[in-house]
Amino acid sequence: MPGTTPILEADRLVKTFGTSTALDGLSFTLAESESLGLLGVNGAGKTTAMNLLLGLTTPTSGTIRIFGLDLWKHRIEILRQVNFSSAYTALPSNLLVWQNLNVFAKLYGVARPKQRIEELLELLDITHLRKSVTGTLSAGESTRVNLAKALLNKPRLLLLDEPTASLDPDIADRVRKLLRKLQHENGLSILYTSHNMRDIHEVCDRLIFLHGGKVLAEGTPDHIAEKFNRSSLEDLFIGVARGEVDAIGLK
Amino acid sequence: MPFSINTVHALVLRYLYLYTRHPVRLVELVFWPLVDLLVWGFLTTYLQRHGAGDFPSSISFLIGGMILWDVLFRSQQGVAISFLEDVWTRNLLNVFVAPVRTAEYVGATCVVGLLRVGVTLVILTLVAALAYQFHLTSLGLGLLPFLGNLILFGWFLGMISTALIMRYGQAAESLAWAIPFFIQPLAAVFYPVSVLPSWLQPIALTLPCTPIFEGMRTVLSGHPVPWANVQSALVLNLVWGTLAALFFAANLRYVRKSGLLVKVATQ
Repeated sequence: MPGTTPILEADRLVKTFGTSTALDGLSFTLAESESLGLLGVNGAGKTTAMNLLLGLTTPTSGTIRIFGLDLWKHRIEILRQVNFSSAYTALPSNLLVWQNLNVFAKLYGVARPKQRIEELLELLDITHLRKSVTGTLSAGESTRVNLAKALLNKPRLLLLDEPTASLDPDIADRVRKLLRKLQHENGLSILYTSHNMRDIHEVCDRLIFLHGGKVLAEGTPDHIAEKFNRSSLEDLFIGVARGEVDAIGLK
Repeated sequence: MPFSINTVHALVLRYLYLYTRHPVRLVELVFWPLVDLLVWGFLTTYLQRHGAGDFPSSISFLIGGMILWDVLFRSQQGVAISFLEDVWTRNLLNVFVAPVRTAEYVGATCVVGLLRVGVTLVILTLVAALAYQFHLTSLGLGLLPFLGNLILFGWFLGMISTALIMRYGQAAESLAWAIPFFIQPLAAVFYPVSVLPSWLQPIALTLPCTPIFEGMRTVLSGHPVPWANVQSALVLNLVWGTLAALFFAANLRYVRKSGLLVKVATQ
């Protein structure tokens, strides 16, 4: 069960790029052991929000507190306990899997890197890939190696940007189950963006539906679909994408 | 702790893995400098055979200039190419969301620059001695401060190149190779500053490498090490280092604000 202590507090985040507003006053909290999904059509502001939370982009206004600390004042301290995986980034393709994991284990100051790497290779069922060249892995293998990297430092907060994109249903299912397991057993908090409704239903305790940089709705996946009189979250997503639904509900 | 050696070590390790896994990368460190050395070496031999007056004794400037220029160039490349490696492999975001301070990242690329210089310098020194009887040690006590100043300036040019690539994206990646050559005509690598038009000479003297190349020629002509040149280079390096750091920091702030950092990292 998610705790009540906020791990992450985003307060009135605004991000503008020139005259366009990518995020317009986004506020939310993420509790300990909670899994929160950010959902929205392309351009809704999910990736912008993720980039702000990772400190890759600075907000135009608003504040981000993680573990009770201001992100920009305590960036290094915070990042030691956070990790990230995305379908759109990669580990250096020209290194072996263990070399990549070893570099990141050292970057995150992991105490016994070899032991931790072996634990994760086993957990993700990729022990056989230890000496493979990272660039030769399939999409599913690559995602699991990226996840291994994201779990190296036993993060308290994990940010995942469409981690199951391009995975076959079997691997995607395994990844979702693993995340749930880690969340329950280790008290991991997860912020998750995805276009995959099954991911959202299975992984997320709570959901923020973004549209045009604003929060369209917030709640459990079922509650949100119900609120907009839609049969499912996917139906709502399509409705928003086609302009049939606005912030008030049905147009 | 404001600066972690362990973090720098981890980042350098990533580049070491790359170079040891792909020997072809080492070829890059050896091939081009050797080609340059052979061209300048044979030109020197030709001029020595067919030159007149005191021409033969001074012509080793060309080989010395080429080797010292390569020190500056490899140092700059170490910084700029290390950054590009992260861009090319789409690894930059992973590094920037890890607990890595900007100074640690830049520090690691400087160490890589130093290692690249070390490999190239050893090979060029040996080949120059064996093939052309040019001994880098003939620079005497000036050798280390000459090399040190050139390595420092290479780092600073590398930081400027990296800042520009961050800001303008992969379209600007050719700057990683071009920037040192923008300054080469003014750097007095193969000819003295006095050869330049009078209006260009003050500009040439703002480059920390110019007094070093002038100093090299002084020593190879049989004069003592001109310590004033070493001192000028050091002061100019302090100024360039400060400006390069400010330029890098300002560009990093800008790319974080404009979202360009993510674009460069994921393009």
